[in-house]
Amino acid sequence: MTDSISSPQRASRSGALWLFLLLVLVVVLGLCSLNVGASRMNLLNVLTADPDDRVSKILFASRLPRTLALILAGAALAVAGAILQMMARNRLVDTSTTGPMAAAALGMLVVAIILPNGVPLWARFLLVSAFAAGGILLFLGVLQRMPLRSALIVPLVGLVMAGVIHAGGGLLAHHFDLSQSLRAWNSGDFSAVLRGRYELLWVAAALTVAAMLLADRFTVIGMGRDFATNIGVNYSLLMAIGVLLVAMIVGSVVVTAGVIPFIGLVAPNLVRLVVGDNLRRAIPMVALLGAALLLAADLLGRLLIHPYEVPSSNLLSIAGCAVFLVVLLHGRAKWS
Amino acid sequence: MVLNSWRSPALRVLLLTVLALLCVVGFMTLNVQTDWAFILEYRGSRLLALLLTACAIGISTVLFQTITHSRLLTPALMGFDVLYVLVNTLVLLVWGGSELAAWPPALRFALQVLVMVGLALLLFRLLFSGSVRSLHLMILLGMLAGMLFRELSELAARVLDPSEFGISTGVPQASFRRINTQLLGAAAAGLAVAGLLLLRWRRCLDVLSLGRDIAINLGVAHGRVVLGIMAVVAILVSVATVLVGPTLFFGLLIANLAYWFTGSQRHCWTLPASVLAGIICLVGGQLLLEHVLASTLPLALVIELAGGLLFIALLMRGVRQ
Amino acid sequence: MIETQGVSKRYGDALVVDDVSLSIPKGGFTSIIGPNGAGKSTLLSMISRLTPMSAGSVLVDGMDVTRTPGNVLARRLSILRQDNQTSLRLTVRDLVAFGRFPHSGGRLTAEDLRHVDEAMDYLRLNEYRDRPIDELSGGQRQRAYVAMVMCQDTEYVLLDEPLNNIDMRFAVDMMQLLRRAADEKGKTVVVVLHDINFASCYSDHIIAMRQGKPAYQGTPQQIIRDEVLRDLYQMDIRVHEVDGQRICVYFRMA
Repeated sequence: MTDSISSPQRASRSGALWLFLLLVLVVVLGLCSLNVGASRMNLLNVLTADPDDRVSKILFASRLPRTLALILAGAALAVAGAILQMMARNRLVDTSTTGPMAAAALGMLVVAIILPNGVPLWARFLLVSAFAAGGILLFLGVLQRMPLRSALIVPLVGLVMAGVIHAGGGLLAHHFDLSQSLRAWNSGDFSAVLRGRYELLWVAAALTVAAMLLADRFTVIGMGRDFATNIGVNYSLLMAIGVLLVAMIVGSVVVTAGVIPFIGLVAPNLVRLVVGDNLRRAIPMVALLGAALLLAADLLGRLLIHPYEVPSSNLLSIAGCAVFLVVLLHGRAKWS
Repeated sequence: MVLNSWRSPALRVLLLTVLALLCVVGFMTLNVQTDWAFILEYRGSRLLALLLTACAIGISTVLFQTITHSRLLTPALMGFDVLYVLVNTLVLLVWGGSELAAWPPALRFALQVLVMVGLALLLFRLLFSGSVRSLHLMILLGMLAGMLFRELSELAARVLDPSEFGISTGVPQASFRRINTQLLGAAAAGLAVAGLLLLRWRRCLDVLSLGRDIAINLGVAHGRVVLGIMAVVAILVSVATVLVGPTLFFGLLIANLAYWFTGSQRHCWTLPASVLAGIICLVGGQLLLEHVLASTLPLALVIELAGGLLFIALLMRGVRQ
Repeated sequence: MIETQGVSKRYGDALVVDDVSLSIPKGGFTSIIGPNGAGKSTLLSMISRLTPMSAGSVLVDGMDVTRTPGNVLARRLSILRQDNQTSLRLTVRDLVAFGRFPHSGGRLTAEDLRHVDEAMDYLRLNEYRDRPIDELSGGQRQRAYVAMVMCQDTEYVLLDEPLNNIDMRFAVDMMQLLRRAADEKGKTVVVVLHDINFASCYSDHIIAMRQGKPAYQGTPQQIIRDEVLRDLYQMDIRVHEVDGQRICVYFRMA
């Protein structure tokens, strides 16, 4: 047992095995996702029938976009969570539990208030991302002002900050009679995703790839400013890049589907259980697991009260809270 | 008791009382143009509900902070309010809505309070059995449990009635405007029971705040008294939640206002002060928003915002020490 | 008299106190000494019902501590543990007055106030009476807690390492006070001590514990001896008589 962990070759081989298994999982879940919906259809028919057929219309207009959106958003959020954890130097945080997501929802609200006649997608995306960036900077700034941080106070401050932003948004929404919309943005789901309404997530995909390429740099950031400077990494620049990447990923997901909680917390921590603390090699696994989680949540949400849908955010919150509780209780000797 | 100095807690509590009375009088009399009888009755029942809520949340928070030796932990942060909502949903799920609907609401409330007390005692035993001691861990666990309860009851509500879900969410936001005045009598009775139970232990409270070991040394049956107080807290939380719905930071806000304003740790001052602070926040706040500013902003959200900011401030100060 | 009968404490697999049966006589000054992890503090807190026992029973003047009502016992026996960290803003006098709780149930009578003032005098706390305890130094705060226990006016006074974190002057002060309480007021003082020289100079009776059991018991003359201490602490300790006191020397061995 100790042997297999200490030998790097064995470890990387088991890493490759996990990677392969996750890939299979994503493919299987993706195929299921294509096949489940309000109207019955059989995937095999697509191959035989002509392209104007009802089945292929549903497939290309609704099912395929939805499945792709789930994969892209899940992977992006998982990677964004991992990077935020390195920047905050704490593994118990996520974009949804520290403020960025709540700030992005606030951004949606502000856009709806100041530009009630609608805005081009790219402008909405940039504004919402700016709000998300503000949320990240606020959180990191508060952390920096705390001279002594215990591993637990960081997620605690994050949760309360998210709550405060949430309450502020609620006040604003109530004043402008947009509470209903805010609630819809806060419980994200992918039921409204059609062709032409998800393409923004390809931006998130590009950002995800960039983040994965920079992953080893972010590992250095996780060691702290002094360590990073010591080995010649430009700490401030890298932090700025990290904030931008995470903010734009959050922005694109919130604009497309709304708040999707906990993926960025659950995926990196589950992967850590398997490969240990160095996330650099594992970041593809984090991305795949994120995609699988979101696919599974969405699928379950579609099946649970068929033909109605439970939003994935609801199910993810339940699973996420449960995993978070287990992680905390499991490692409580370490945390306390 | 020395009353000659303005620093005396007694004088300060007196000041709070006057302020609270002014709020109450203002709430009842401001902007009444016609039909006094109707207005008095309408506002009177709302006022009563707000007073009961302030009592329940103020007392339960101070008691909870005494037995957990913390100024940060509150029943609401530990998810007790939402637990009540979950109990409510689950009771409906298990017994079936139709059978239970035939019960009088007061009896249903009593049943839910009983379940709630049992669950709260169980949770308290689990969490404070000594294996988990870190305060931050406790709060984090509580907040997550609260979130979990909230999402579970939302899911339960969706599964129970998928077609009507869009209209109402599973866990209602706290509201000090839409008050459940139907259950005023039952809530007042719950408060009275809690108060009677508390009378038995009123002298032990100050001793409890000295810590477990010293309390036992001074002859307090620590384990039994703490469980009893926990039951009182559970009843009070149920009362507050059935009236206005779950809050998060309100209790934290008024309890800390009470400590700060009285400058004392004696329960004979902090308990009334937190209740009075609650009345001033609720009645005074409602008065200010409704009649002075003529705004429709929900008071609950304003209070949650203020309480959340206070919580961050307390966390950062606690860390610095 | 305090009697323990087959008292044990078990944490998981670890046996911290192992089947201890001993008796502590009424009156006088008893010290409990021994190396770290010998179970001294655990035994003391089981005697004073702060920690539940895994097995056995403790009798104080014939009363079983786990069955006697808390407030009855609190008028007979008091206990002070070592770290009494508190963030409470209480004045020294308020803290001391809590010692009367078992007698008055929270309402102070003239009799109670007399006891409070006496305890304040006894520990020379009058100049701090209105200071909040969280502003005092470690030694002063420890004195305030001891005053509370004195004010409780019990036959038995149990203290767990009362000299922890206080400097030499206050430590000597504290031991003198406790000795006087035994001599002048006839109290039974039981103290867990780390410093064997203090135990040697102030005790009437010493209980030496090792690995959860009392290894030796007796007067300082019987216990503070080279061969006993070597066996107890597994190191060389020389006992010298200085000014009529038996002093242990172990700091630097040739």
